Amino acid sequence: MDCLVCHEQTGTYRKFPSGAGYPAPYVEDPANPGTQKGVPFPGESKSYFAPDWSRVAQSVARPSRMNCGTCHFYGGGGDAVKHGDLDSTMGRPPKTLDVHMGTRESGGQDFTCVRCHTTHSHHIAGRIYETPAAAERKSLLQDDLGDKILCESCHGTEPHQSGGMSDKINDHTDTVSCQACHIPEFARAQSTKMWWDWSKAGQLMDGKEVVMGPDGKSVFDRKKGEFRWEKNVVPEYYWFDGTLDHVTVADPIDPTAEVWLNRPQGSADDPNSRIMPFKVHRAMAPYDKVNKVMVIPHLFPFNKDDDTAYWKGYDWNRAIEVGMEKAGQPYSGEYGFVETTYVFPTTHMVAPKNEALPCEACHSRQSRLAGITEVYMPGRDTFAMVDAAGWVGVTGAMVAVIIHGLMRFVSGLRRKEE
Amino acid sequence: MTHQPLVKIYLYSKFERFWHWVQSALIILLLVTGFEVHGSFAWLGFMAAVDLHNTIGLTWLILFVFIVFWLFVTGEYKQYIPTTRKLLEVVRYYASGIFRGEPHPVRKSRVAKHNPMQRLTYLGLTAVLLPVQMATGLLYWSYNDWPAWGLDGFLSLKVLALVHLIGGFAILIFLIVHVYMTTTGHTVTAHIAAMFSGWEEVPEGEEVEDWERMSERR
Repeated sequence: MDCLVCHEQTGTYRKFPSGAGYPAPYVEDPANPGTQKGVPFPGESKSYFAPDWSRVAQSVARPSRMNCGTCHFYGGGGDAVKHGDLDSTMGRPPKTLDVHMGTRESGGQDFTCVRCHTTHSHHIAGRIYETPAAAERKSLLQDDLGDKILCESCHGTEPHQSGGMSDKINDHTDTVSCQACHIPEFARAQSTKMWWDWSKAGQLMDGKEVVMGPDGKSVFDRKKGEFRWEKNVVPEYYWFDGTLDHVTVADPIDPTAEVWLNRPQGSADDPNSRIMPFKVHRAMAPYDKVNKVMVIPHLFPFNKDDDTAYWKGYDWNRAIEVGMEKAGQPYSGEYGFVETTYVFPTTHMVAPKNEALPCEACHSRQSRLAGITEVYMPGRDTFAMVDAAGWVGVTGAMVAVIIHGLMRFVSGLRRKEE
Repeated sequence: MTHQPLVKIYLYSKFERFWHWVQSALIILLLVTGFEVHGSFAWLGFMAAVDLHNTIGLTWLILFVFIVFWLFVTGEYKQYIPTTRKLLEVVRYYASGIFRGEPHPVRKSRVAKHNPMQRLTYLGLTAVLLPVQMATGLLYWSYNDWPAWGLDGFLSLKVLALVHLIGGFAILIFLIVHVYMTTTGHTVTAHIAAMFSGWEEVPEGEEVEDWERMSERR
């Protein structure tokens, strides 16, 4: 990380290539002395230019949304690849996309990232790794330096107005995260990558190296394989204590089942766990068939002549061999592909309150929380036998009184005739 | 039907009629909203159904306090003391005698409003079923206070919901049969009219037997 990527405000500071590394060197255009020729990068259509250093240096300020977004909107190799709730549309979002970050014109609060991700000596609040969130839950008002931030940090545990059913909604905050109801769908402004099949890489699709999908995003790339993009995605919900358990390249996996490369930690019994929405990205990824571990393939060439890189030589075996060697890990020489999942907590793209989920989204037979089986939920759960017996009883009573009534009517008519 | 002359007696006091009709409205609304909360159908929406169910449940609880108070202050609770005398006759009447136009084996009177079958039914309803629904309903309603009250260790929402649901079905079945039974008077609407006016028409001249008589206050 360098200082400028976070602090410069001209928007002209670009790293080379692929948004990483250093800015492009200054190459004078021989035809127009005093101007830059630009440095092209194979595989990308645009050229890279050296920044105007003094202009860039003089522009430094508190980071804007675009500073953070330079990396976080484009993680995983492109816009909206990694996060379902963070992409370039969050650079200047309307309130409908995010109530906090939404622009003033659209009625939003115009929060920058650092409004919530507060810093102290460059320690940035609000990451999710190994420290349980709830145990360190702090109010920003009391302690602006808390490492962890949550909705509660500002909104408290009784965020809805009190009285009537609002109290009942407040009653939920001990088990349900704010995000679960207030982010009904993620990727609401553009589609996010939900499926990535590495096993299809190296081939051509319909004779082409890159195939574009209907929304202008590639659904196939020879370098990377096949993708599926989805917009307005309903999250998956899991108990979450703020920590994720990660499978590293040294951890054994079970290739006969879906491999959860990371998994939300937490449980219904844990008072610090909440039901949290996640983007669950699924993929076919290479693994070591003998050692039963995930592998690190060497993708990006070290230099022009490096054809061990997968993106140059298209040979998985050599790419994995070099990648694992570089990481200091053994490799058996036999690879296969296994289905993996990777979860991303969904916490941005908070919708306006009138778009928050209605009770029925969870409290109904078609509950979004079908996977949360540890708790009894009115409206979702039923007792099949009791329901069946009950309705049989009700129907039986109806039939019995109808028959009884008909018999009274008929016998009454007969008596009249006599 | 009998051709005996009928005589009007004042059977249901103002409070009893008020209690009956308010309770009937509350019960019907509780059934509708309750089964919606249970997910049996969608009508008002979950939140509105829960809200209404809670409000009505609490209203009923208040009414119930008055009902119980009235029953004991007036001594009318004795109308609910169960008996098996003539019970079989009543059962036989509804199973067969009613189709032959026989008279009801137990005559309604001021001192004995209920026949033995009604006594058992209403006692079961008032002393068992409704209190169970109220208790489980109150606990269900106060779910989020269980930890503070120290109840979370042994109470299970699932079990509570199950008992409350069974109670709901029982009340629904009672309601169906009860409404039908009102049509078995000397005319189809006679009993319902009596519950509005308080005056029930009963066959003239029949004596109330001593065992039926609730001990009168002196």
